[in-house]
Amino acid sequence: MSDPSGNGRRMSRRSLFGLGAAGAAVAGAGAVGARSLLDEPPVAHAASTSAPYPFYGEHQAGIVTPAQDRLHFVAFDVTTGDRAELIDLLQEWTAAAARLTQGKEAGSFGAVGGDPAAAPDDTGEALGLPASGLTLTVGFGPSLFDKRFGLADRRPAALADLPKFPGEQLVPEISGGDLCVQACAHDPQVAVHAIRNLARIGFGKVSVRWSQLGFGRTSSTSRAQATPRNLMGFKDGTNNLKLEDAALLREQLWADAGDGAAWMTGGTYLVTRKIRMTIETWDRTSLTEQEQIFGRDKGEGAPLGAKREFDPLDFAAKGPDGQPHIASNAHIRLAHPSSHGNAHLLRRGYNFVDGSDGLGRLDAGLFFIAYQRDPRKQFVPVQMRLAREDPLNEYIKHVSSGLFACPPGVRDASDYWGRTLFEP
Amino acid sequence: MRTVLRLSTGVLAVAALTACGSSSSDSGAGGATAASGSPGKIAVAASDTACEVPVTEVTAGTTTFTITNGGSKVTEFYVLAAGDRIMAEVENIVPGLTRELIAELPAGTYETACKPGMVGKGIRNPLKVTGEHKPLTADAQLAAAVTGYKRYIKTQSDTLLVKTQEFVDAVKAGKIDEAKALYPVARTYWERIEPVAEIFGDLDPAIDAREADLAEGEKWTGFHRIEKDLWIHKDVSEDGPIADKLIADVKTIVGKANAAELTPLNLANGAKELLDEVATGKITGEEDIWSHTDLWDFAANLEGSKAAVQSLRPVLEERAPDLVKTLDEKFAAAEAALEAHRKGDGWQLHDELSKAQLKTLSDAINALGEPISKIAPVVAK
Repeated sequence: MSDPSGNGRRMSRRSLFGLGAAGAAVAGAGAVGARSLLDEPPVAHAASTSAPYPFYGEHQAGIVTPAQDRLHFVAFDVTTGDRAELIDLLQEWTAAAARLTQGKEAGSFGAVGGDPAAAPDDTGEALGLPASGLTLTVGFGPSLFDKRFGLADRRPAALADLPKFPGEQLVPEISGGDLCVQACAHDPQVAVHAIRNLARIGFGKVSVRWSQLGFGRTSSTSRAQATPRNLMGFKDGTNNLKLEDAALLREQLWADAGDGAAWMTGGTYLVTRKIRMTIETWDRTSLTEQEQIFGRDKGEGAPLGAKREFDPLDFAAKGPDGQPHIASNAHIRLAHPSSHGNAHLLRRGYNFVDGSDGLGRLDAGLFFIAYQRDPRKQFVPVQMRLAREDPLNEYIKHVSSGLFACPPGVRDASDYWGRTLFEP
Repeated sequence: MRTVLRLSTGVLAVAALTACGSSSSDSGAGGATAASGSPGKIAVAASDTACEVPVTEVTAGTTTFTITNGGSKVTEFYVLAAGDRIMAEVENIVPGLTRELIAELPAGTYETACKPGMVGKGIRNPLKVTGEHKPLTADAQLAAAVTGYKRYIKTQSDTLLVKTQEFVDAVKAGKIDEAKALYPVARTYWERIEPVAEIFGDLDPAIDAREADLAEGEKWTGFHRIEKDLWIHKDVSEDGPIADKLIADVKTIVGKANAAELTPLNLANGAKELLDEVATGKITGEEDIWSHTDLWDFAANLEGSKAAVQSLRPVLEERAPDLVKTLDEKFAAAEAALEAHRKGDGWQLHDELSKAQLKTLSDAINALGEPISKIAPVVAK
């Protein structure tokens, strides 16, 4: 397809759907008018599940952004040993991400607008789809700070390797990585399209180490969102750190210049854990036991002994039998900030079902994602406590782990992901 | 290992040791006695191929059996009610030894069984118990279920002590082949009753933690530590203290397990948890990652689960006869699926099974797990 506007500017692949106008024709006329609408700065809260989020900002999008419904997460190994090539790649990725998140194609010619003799610079499967709230968030793994790129002395102390947690059975092939990209969107095809095109741009410089699809968010990151359920059937993330908690976000989420690595100012640290659930044995567990394990009732999500989901947690309250309503080893008690010197996490995990496991069971679970200011003080103590004491461990197994430093946001078109790291 | 036992009905109290419905004891130090001449006792002649019980009928009340093992394999003797509910049992009757079993039997129809080599369904004989049949009240039935299961814990834990001691002795003597042979056998008695052992928090990990269960810097003790030294390092010369601690921990936990006060719901949940163990640890080969003797543990979990379920059988037959029928079918199917992997008096190693064979086992356990999960609400009614 040629450029219908004839002025060298490409049609937005999703412009007609950008305002949720489902059913509109895709190709042909109308491109120019739609484009001008799209160029208006999107609001922080997308008006619909099809609208875009801004790409540029102090912080990367996809962190406090109200959690979208779908995930495609990818970790890369950097295969080039050349620092300049790595920086080039980050610049290319940034440019592509700025387009993709606004519902445009990955390259300036697009899926069908280039030289017919050439392979298209966009893979095409998102043609006609709106921005769908796509966010792309990049992170740097501890291994990037080895000798290859002269970054060893730039490694933040907070990016300390995670300790071994009791019971974890990590598979190295689906753990770690030099770089990661988290793609979240309301449409799985849009998320996959973004990762696919970034991976393609990266061939020769990076290689996909592992990737993970998630099909249902398990946390709300905004008070405007209803709390979703994990595959154990329980509401997850009721007391999550949320977009509206400005003071807590400053204190618990965003890295500060005084934290030790000035280049991370406005950035944050990401921990991912692929948690396999043995849902078959869980499903045979009595409702009472399930609720005691979590410490919440299954229907409403209220703390045991309380009535509504957001009722305050009272860990001291006791039932008529003199036992605490919320057991001493209930999941919500063990994980609660009050058990860890007020350490919060911003969780935005996703349910996954990766087919079956060959033993007649679903390969299902939670792809846990948590952002925080310092994993040493937040994720590590919380997870150590859970790994030792949580009765939920009978039904889950951590099989992959990732740790990444997510740099601050890209300020404008002259900036790129990781500039503060590479250009001190 | 499981992190912690979850109980649906509050916390278990630990009570004083209660009387058991049966007991067994070794005969005098002189070895086999002329048991057949003892008045009022039934002398059972067990061998590798026969189980001769001189009577087919006894009167209700207390019956004492003296079992002499004239064969070359270790044997066991059981009195079983319908559905293989264990009324009384004596384990670990080594060749040449005579052991006594006192059984408290109400009127009804039973089977006796010798299990040479401690495997399979055993050699069976019918046994009729005559006398007045007094139906029990619902509460009494539930109480009898708990008493019956506690009896099972007693015999299993007694044998666990004996076999763990033999294992520990072999390890300390540096007899690697002997220790390797004893490892899955000692664990059998552990795996049959593990949900009860798990009540006692930190003792379970001390005895049964896998290497993956540990955090950095945590000291690793117990069966699996020695397993790794036996199969991987092939050197147990440093394991004396680990072995001593293992038997000491087992002694402690056995004492506690026998003193634990259980509820009928604990039995139902214990039966479920044992199958969960099979599904999460044994099917996948994660339990015995060096010895690959997971199928011994599998069999023991299945047997332990069945023992707990069958203790509840009279209650279930009254309240949910269809469930009993389903359970019988699914237990039989799971046992048959496992039986396909019998190898001599033991089992094939986990790494000898194909993925398709493991899937067949997994399907059988899932098929059994669903009806087992329906027992708790029936018992709680």
